[in-house]
Amino acid sequence: MQQRLLLDSKLLEITIQRLCQQLIENHANFSEAVILGMQPRGIFLAQRIKKALDKLLPDETKLGFLDTTFHRDDFRRRDVPLTPSETKVPFLIEDKNVILIDDVLYTGRSVRAALDAMITFGRPSKVELLVLVDRLYSRHIPIEANYVGKRVNTLESQRVQVELKEQGGKDNIWLINTNAE
Amino acid sequence: MSQLNTKHLLGIKNLQPNEIELIFETADNFKDVLNRPIKKVPSLRDITIANVFFENSTRTRLSFELAEKRLSADVINFSSSSSSVKKGETLLDTVNNILAMKVDMVVMRHSSPGAPHFLARHIDANIVNAGDGTHEHPTQALLDTYSIREKLGDVAGKKVVIVGDILHSRVALSNIFALQKLGAEVMVCGPPTLLPKHIKELGVKVELDIKKALEWCEVANILRIQLERQKMAYFPSLREYSQYYGVNKAMLDSLKNPITIMHPGPINRGVEITSDVADSDHAIILQQVENGVAIRMAVLYLLAGITS
Repeated sequence: MQQRLLLDSKLLEITIQRLCQQLIENHANFSEAVILGMQPRGIFLAQRIKKALDKLLPDETKLGFLDTTFHRDDFRRRDVPLTPSETKVPFLIEDKNVILIDDVLYTGRSVRAALDAMITFGRPSKVELLVLVDRLYSRHIPIEANYVGKRVNTLESQRVQVELKEQGGKDNIWLINTNAE
Repeated sequence: MSQLNTKHLLGIKNLQPNEIELIFETADNFKDVLNRPIKKVPSLRDITIANVFFENSTRTRLSFELAEKRLSADVINFSSSSSSVKKGETLLDTVNNILAMKVDMVVMRHSSPGAPHFLARHIDANIVNAGDGTHEHPTQALLDTYSIREKLGDVAGKKVVIVGDILHSRVALSNIFALQKLGAEVMVCGPPTLLPKHIKELGVKVELDIKKALEWCEVANILRIQLERQKMAYFPSLREYSQYYGVNKAMLDSLKNPITIMHPGPINRGVEITSDVADSDHAIILQQVENGVAIRMAVLYLLAGITS
């Protein structure tokens, strides 16, 4: 199996810092903003972003987790139904600026489901999307990210694997060829 | 484990403990959904479910219907009292006619034990047993054990007594299976005429004295005296039943440890349980009803997700 390292621990740290600076730059008043990490893999990145933002800002940033399982469009089209994860949105998102966070943006279908899941908690004034890796030219749905850690051009046969130390192990983001012979 | 090994929910008897656990974990998520401002998810939006009730029901039917609607399924209701069954149509013909209208799932209650099992052998749709005669009532047992898990943290190792008409109760049988599979100790208590002869074969304790039973247990599930099934005189009078087996406040107050009171409804107030017990803090009767919707959503969601 061939694999290429997209980001290592040091580069990831720099990328997260840059993303936080961009967020602050775009939000004149960050107290109106909340961040929502998408289950299951976006939550670790969301926690990292919150931690970095808390160091840069006077007030603590609100963080929630959003599960999209019941809103996905591939129910009954998979062999096995997806197992839901916990949704934890302990605040109102009505009239807030919501920043959705996920690790990889690929077809855009998860984000569509997340938008659906999110509006069950109220009507935000604005929604933005932050992703660590954007797989270019692979969208099934017209959805784009506002903040991107790294853009990569990938084949359908390739896979982006995000390993974060919160999941055990080290910080490494890989691009993997799944059918390499 | 992320899916059930069965296409139908016919009873608890053939479920594995990890399947019950999967239903509980899925129900946790649906309970969360039910507490949101918008209590609806679009998971089953292309599914049609028929609620086929050959026997009367209020809460089970409402609970199923609400669960189906919260999952965005299309729902049709059928009750035998206002249908062609009265004209002599067979069960299979009735259900096949409903399925010909492109129905994906059937939730059925029937007075004959085994009716849903019979249907499962003959039709393709997913079947959920909502009570078959005196046999099983799986979703009730799931919501009862789920409520115990919610109240006491776990079901394993807990002592649960089921009080009342065990002979005619499908709730009792399904509860015994579910509690045992999850590792609880089960006792049944009631007048000897309302206890099945070989109930001990199921591995449950039998106690005839309600006071001793309540002293032993952590949870008491008080069953309804099924007035419609008392064709023979199993006990002399309701007053005498209530005297010997009714649970009242004074009895609960005299116990060394406080216990949790459950009841599957509908309550005959003053017969199996007095009003002050049913409305006390010990009772989790309304929580059971609330959990019923979440459990039924989980069951329908997991069964609908099985495509093969």
